[in-house]
Amino acid sequence: MNTVAIDTAPAEPRKFLCLEEAHPHNGTLLGFWLYLMSDCFIFASLFACNAVLGTSYAGGPTGHDVFDLPGLAVNTALLLISSVTFGFAMLEMARQRKRAVLVWLAVSGLLAAAFVGLEIHEFVTMIAAGAGPDRSAFLSSFFALVGTHGLHVSVGILWLIVLMFQLGKHGFTEANRRRLFCLSMFWHFLDLVWIGVFSYVYLVGVLR
Amino acid sequence: MPDRPAIWNFLLGRLSLSSLPLDNTILVWTFVVVALGGAALLATITYYRKWGYLWHEWFTSVDHKRLGVMYMVLGTVMLLRGFADAIMMRSQQAVAFGSNMGYLPPHHYDQIFTAHGAIMIFFVAMPYIAGFMNFVMPLQIGARDVAFPFLNNFSFWLTVAGVVLFMTSLFIGDFSHAGWLGMPPVSELKQSPGPGVDYYIWGLQLSGLGTLLTGINFVVTVVKMRAPGMTLMKMPMFSWTTLCTSGLIVVTFPILTATLFLLSLDRYLGTHFFTNGFGGNVMMYVNLIWVWGHPEVYILILPMFGLYSEIVPTFSGKRLFGYSSMVYATASIMILSYLVWLHHFFTMGSGADVNSFFALTTMLISIPTGAKIFNWLFTMYRGRVRFDVPMLWTMGFLFTFTIGGMTGVMLSVAPADFLLHNSLFLVAHFHNVIIGGVVFGVFAGINYWFPKAFGFRLDEFWGKMSFWFWQIGFWVAFGPLYVLGLMGVTRRLSHFTDPSLQIWFIIAAFGAFLILLGILSFVMQIYVSIRRRDQLAVGNDPWGGRTLEWSTSSPPPPYNFAFIPMVHERDAWTDMKKHGYQRPLEGFNAIHMPKNTGTGVVLAALGTVFGFAMVWYIWWLAVVSFVALIAVAIVHTFNYDRDGHISAEEVSQFEHTGNWEPKAQGATA
Ligand code: HEM
Ligand SMILES: [Cu+2]
Repeated sequence: MNTVAIDTAPAEPRKFLCLEEAHPHNGTLLGFWLYLMSDCFIFASLFACNAVLGTSYAGGPTGHDVFDLPGLAVNTALLLISSVTFGFAMLEMARQRKRAVLVWLAVSGLLAAAFVGLEIHEFVTMIAAGAGPDRSAFLSSFFALVGTHGLHVSVGILWLIVLMFQLGKHGFTEANRRRLFCLSMFWHFLDLVWIGVFSYVYLVGVLR
Repeated sequence: MPDRPAIWNFLLGRLSLSSLPLDNTILVWTFVVVALGGAALLATITYYRKWGYLWHEWFTSVDHKRLGVMYMVLGTVMLLRGFADAIMMRSQQAVAFGSNMGYLPPHHYDQIFTAHGAIMIFFVAMPYIAGFMNFVMPLQIGARDVAFPFLNNFSFWLTVAGVVLFMTSLFIGDFSHAGWLGMPPVSELKQSPGPGVDYYIWGLQLSGLGTLLTGINFVVTVVKMRAPGMTLMKMPMFSWTTLCTSGLIVVTFPILTATLFLLSLDRYLGTHFFTNGFGGNVMMYVNLIWVWGHPEVYILILPMFGLYSEIVPTFSGKRLFGYSSMVYATASIMILSYLVWLHHFFTMGSGADVNSFFALTTMLISIPTGAKIFNWLFTMYRGRVRFDVPMLWTMGFLFTFTIGGMTGVMLSVAPADFLLHNSLFLVAHFHNVIIGGVVFGVFAGINYWFPKAFGFRLDEFWGKMSFWFWQIGFWVAFGPLYVLGLMGVTRRLSHFTDPSLQIWFIIAAFGAFLILLGILSFVMQIYVSIRRRDQLAVGNDPWGGRTLEWSTSSPPPPYNFAFIPMVHERDAWTDMKKHGYQRPLEGFNAIHMPKNTGTGVVLAALGTVFGFAMVWYIWWLAVVSFVALIAVAIVHTFNYDRDGHISAEEVSQFEHTGNWEPKAQGATA
């Protein structure tokens, strides 16, 4: 069969075990990214509902009647800027400057809190004006999508506060750095989703 | 809300004494039996002082093998429950003709088929596949654990939380009667004001989250933790299917979550997603649920395909025929499964072009599936096939599943489906593939890997009894449904008028009785094997296996492998045996392993309380349990110290005492 092997030195016996302890790869970032992808599908379902039900006004108000575009511009700006400030926090982490990281995180958190506050205000105004989620399928899909996004942002803020404590206490340990990376992905992801919400639900919504 | 002082309504929501089904004799007796059985079980555990052992070694364990075993036990217990429902339906339909209304009133019958379907899918088939993936995959890829051991434990307990809510609905309140997919408008508040649909929603939300976490966990495990040298194309087939199934879970379970979330908004907040009025659109729900639902059936069958792909080569003494085509077939099934959902409702009226698209994609799936069947057949061709029990189940699968697949192709012809939609033909078809594919696979896998998990084989005689009763019972039970379906009998009926149909239902009931004997034989098999465990003891490689799980002792030590294996070829263990591999008996190192934790149990328990509170509108309890849930989760993140380790001496101890070949060879020969 293999005649070459006969002439040359006998082949090395195969090594079947790693005798040293290997360092396992940490999969947290990949895992978290997968979670974000799965979350995408939650939003995709809600977007699909909005696409299908977006004109089912049931005789009630339309997007043109209820959306406040200037308010929306402010809101969008707040969220986008918070993404930028979060980026600054990550840069400061690379420089190992704890105080600066904490400050930028606080700024991002406050901007996001303002975003959620404005959103709650918008919801309350709409409901008071008789355009609540139970008025029509269009409004149901609007409140579900925007509300779910807002809920995510609120969870992000809670997480941010917890993580600020942990950073303050333990500094840039490996675990904390990993967590900050995850939160950063989460933050930017929510920004991306918001761009979809703002351009499809609101901007297309007023035109439909 | 019940009519009583407001404070009671605050404290108990809509829960009251009349929620207990005391007027239903069947349920009262079920309750008595379950309560007595449960009390006896708890008393036994207490008497033998096993609580500490169960808690420390099992419930809080983050060991993927223990979690795998717990999933299998859960699946088996729920199989008994789901089958009890099935036999009730079968006996009702066998007698309820003409003036005889049978013993199950329609509203009760409806709950039974809903509970049967939902339990069989979510709490039998899903735990079983999660159990196999947990137990086998890390061993096969030469890893010590999964990527996120704590999440793994948490996922299991979330599944249990769903089971607890489903089972609670038997005795407190009632269950949904909207079918296993909870279709609106029946599942809307107006049509189903009771707690049944809410039990369904919250039970599935909890267990669905668990499944999603499992999916993420296993994708990362396969991607990041394979032994050195194991490239993707050297990975065992079962691990491949685990990867594909987990990927499917990640992209589909969120859709289930979203869909049920929207249904709960309709029910709790009065929104109009799927209502009849105010612009709601029922078909939106039907589409969304099937966008999850069709991939779901492939989530169930893919791991089984992987499992058969391990069993066939082992018992044919040959390597798998067409490994790469198997991989590509699996991957293309995974993708195609996402493009066929509309075949569940060709009758929606979406028009000829849309229907043809979905008919074609559906037919297309049968190509990779057929390729797999041929690969298994060619693997057996000219092999020395040994007909041990796992192989018998596999043969049963090949025969049964192929026929089920063909009736599936018949249903994919849209015009034919207009006649067969919602008929018993459909019921026969999906039981044909799900029993022939998934359930047979479960039994094949249990017989195959049981010796690995416990160090002894399962009894062969009762295994064969179980196989033949199931195999024959299946055809007697479901053959008649094909006939009835072609005659136009629709599903979900508790009473019939045409007496000429009765004979078929009697035959089907007899088939269910044969299946009952099959299930009892399985229970007997376990019992007998435990009694005879000394005679049935095995070493590390009882079947002449080909993959890495057979290279470590049976049962494997907590750390799986004292040294991480190095892989050169497919069928790594065969390769090792061929090269005269000798396992080392000294030179061990200490090994890092994650510590056990009770947090998963606590979180899932709080989740169960939250679900129960939501079902009964006990708002204060919902708020309290939800806040507690968040608090416990946050506290858990403050624990940075999650690693323990096993010393080199302990490793050496394990390596010298485990069950290894050829030690046990003599005992079985
Ligand atoms: C073991 C023997 C089994 C028997 C005798 C049996 C029997 C039945 C019967 C009589 C029905 C109701 C048919 C009708 O609506 O008229 C049914 C429905 C169903 N079964 Fe089974 N079944 C069995 C196993 C399974 C298994 C293993 C699964 C899944 C893993 C399963 C999943 C379902 C589903 C999803 C439905 C539809 C429920 C609905 O209509 O909403 N069954 N089965
Ligand atoms: Cu399908």
